[in-house]
Amino acid sequence: MEGLLALASGVLYAAGTYLMLRRRLAQLIVGLGLLSNGTNLLIFTAGGLTRARPPVVAAGAAALEPPYADPVPQALVLTAIVIGFGLTAFSLVLAHRVHATAGTDDVDDVGRER
Amino acid sequence: MRVLVLPILVPLSTAAVLMLAPKRPALQRWISLTASVFLLASAVLLFLRVNTAGVQVLQVSGWPAPFGITLVADLLSAILVVAVGVVGTAISVVAFSGVDPRREAFGYHPLLQILLMGVAGAFLTGDFFNLYVWFEVMLVASFVLMALNRTRAQMEAAFKYVTINLIASSIFLTALGLLYGATGTLNMAHLARVWPTISTPGADAVLALLFVIAFSIKAGLFPLFFWLPASYHTPPAAIGAAFAGLLTKVGVYALIRVFTLLFHSASPALFALLLAMSAATMVIGLVAALNERDFRRILSFNLVGHIGYTTASLSLLTPAALAGAIFYVLHHIVVITNLYLVSGVLLRLRRTTDMAGLGGMYRDQPVFSALAMIPIFSLAGVPPLSGFLGKLAILEGTFAAGAYWLGGLVLIVGLLTLLSMVRTWADSFWRPADQVPDLAAPGTPLLIAIAALSLLTVAMTIGAEPLFELTSRGAQQLLQRDEYVHAVLGGTP
Repeated sequence: MEGLLALASGVLYAAGTYLMLRRRLAQLIVGLGLLSNGTNLLIFTAGGLTRARPPVVAAGAAALEPPYADPVPQALVLTAIVIGFGLTAFSLVLAHRVHATAGTDDVDDVGRER
Repeated sequence: MRVLVLPILVPLSTAAVLMLAPKRPALQRWISLTASVFLLASAVLLFLRVNTAGVQVLQVSGWPAPFGITLVADLLSAILVVAVGVVGTAISVVAFSGVDPRREAFGYHPLLQILLMGVAGAFLTGDFFNLYVWFEVMLVASFVLMALNRTRAQMEAAFKYVTINLIASSIFLTALGLLYGATGTLNMAHLARVWPTISTPGADAVLALLFVIAFSIKAGLFPLFFWLPASYHTPPAAIGAAFAGLLTKVGVYALIRVFTLLFHSASPALFALLLAMSAATMVIGLVAALNERDFRRILSFNLVGHIGYTTASLSLLTPAALAGAIFYVLHHIVVITNLYLVSGVLLRLRRTTDMAGLGGMYRDQPVFSALAMIPIFSLAGVPPLSGFLGKLAILEGTFAAGAYWLGGLVLIVGLLTLLSMVRTWADSFWRPADQVPDLAAPGTPLLIAIAALSLLTVAMTIGAEPLFELTSRGAQQLLQRDEYVHAVLGGTP
């Protein structure tokens, strides 16, 4: 399972990087999204995959009984997803403004006067 | 202990107040200025506490480290937070000489406070994931400040800036994911204790490289600095001043943290890489600065080049070099912020910062020229100003570490800086103008801010000895780690 997720995360990184090297604004933003999701998947995988109990102390017990799942990676991924969502939304608005101002969606032409 | 949270809480609550307050410029400016003065005061208070009582720690909500979020202030953090207060106050004063009305209506003041909060939070946090979150806070504020305009040049700059910073954040986050996977913690002090016991050369190299790439983009190191000169000259001078003074320094700060806490005993190749990147940054930054004819672009390349000084010293990882680097960072924050404000005055007077449209300042604006002379010659490294002392400290550090070729390079790049700044001075102030009348008055608040920062540079020159003693203690604290780790985690040092 780790191998599969690592592969998926790698594919997301590669696709994201490829799209970010393209010149069109829309592709660049999709690339950003893929990159951040690749990262999220990586954190999730690196945090350790287990078929274990949730980290809740059972009634009457004094401590957690192993094996239990680590809750921290979920918190990290959740934070990263929220931040990534906000940034993607911002870049979409910015790209819209760039397009409205420059009249082009070619990254190389944005700064060039027509 | 509670004073530790003030540099974050003050700008946060101010930003909330500013968003709800009526959008009257005068009111917003006064609230912003009051808050920045409070921020400065709380930072100074925090610094005094750290200076006398040692590393200050706050376990947020009482969750003990490494389980909760920890705020830590050691000497380096405390001094840098004071610098945030200084820059914030200067920028808030500048707002009184007028901000573009569109920007002011669309949240210029609250965004500036959020930017200050992000930077202060990044300096104070004791947790790497929290550092990532502060980075994002700071970046989002800077994105909006950068993009609050509709000119083509600014749109292009903003988009480049946003893209490269998002890539850097992704790389940083990747490093954090792998680090958590390897250690099960992201608390800086805990990592400093755990990492040496489980690190392997391979893991060290992978993680350190990811951190170096992510932070080098933020700090502006070769070959990852090209976004900076492409974007920093487009926003108004006050925003450029805040960015130039603070944002790249956060990258340098993060590099200092990871190298002193985690990778201090990593393979020499890693340090050689950082050293090579820094050396290339110094040379290329200054050569490019000499090739420019626009005041603000010259500043951007000087900014990049001088970041190389600090990271080169860091890569030696000796107490003397690190003390020199911290001294240089402080000097540079004050001077580069001031110079961007000077460019703001030039813009007001001549509507351009291109050398062709400048000149004759010394005759037309003697007071302004006298004030601007201090940061220009301090950056150039003319004795006895703080830039000279900072370079001297770094030079001593390199010689003491036996890196003579680096010392030589520091001298050569110092010469290039001198050349670049003296030429800038001669072309924009000294040379007779080509009959260009001044279009507006320079604006008294802007001049007050420049005067205050220039005075601070003079004070740092006069008080160089106690300041250097302070940065030496800060460097010791960073390299010994015990006090920091012990303060956060408790237990035996």
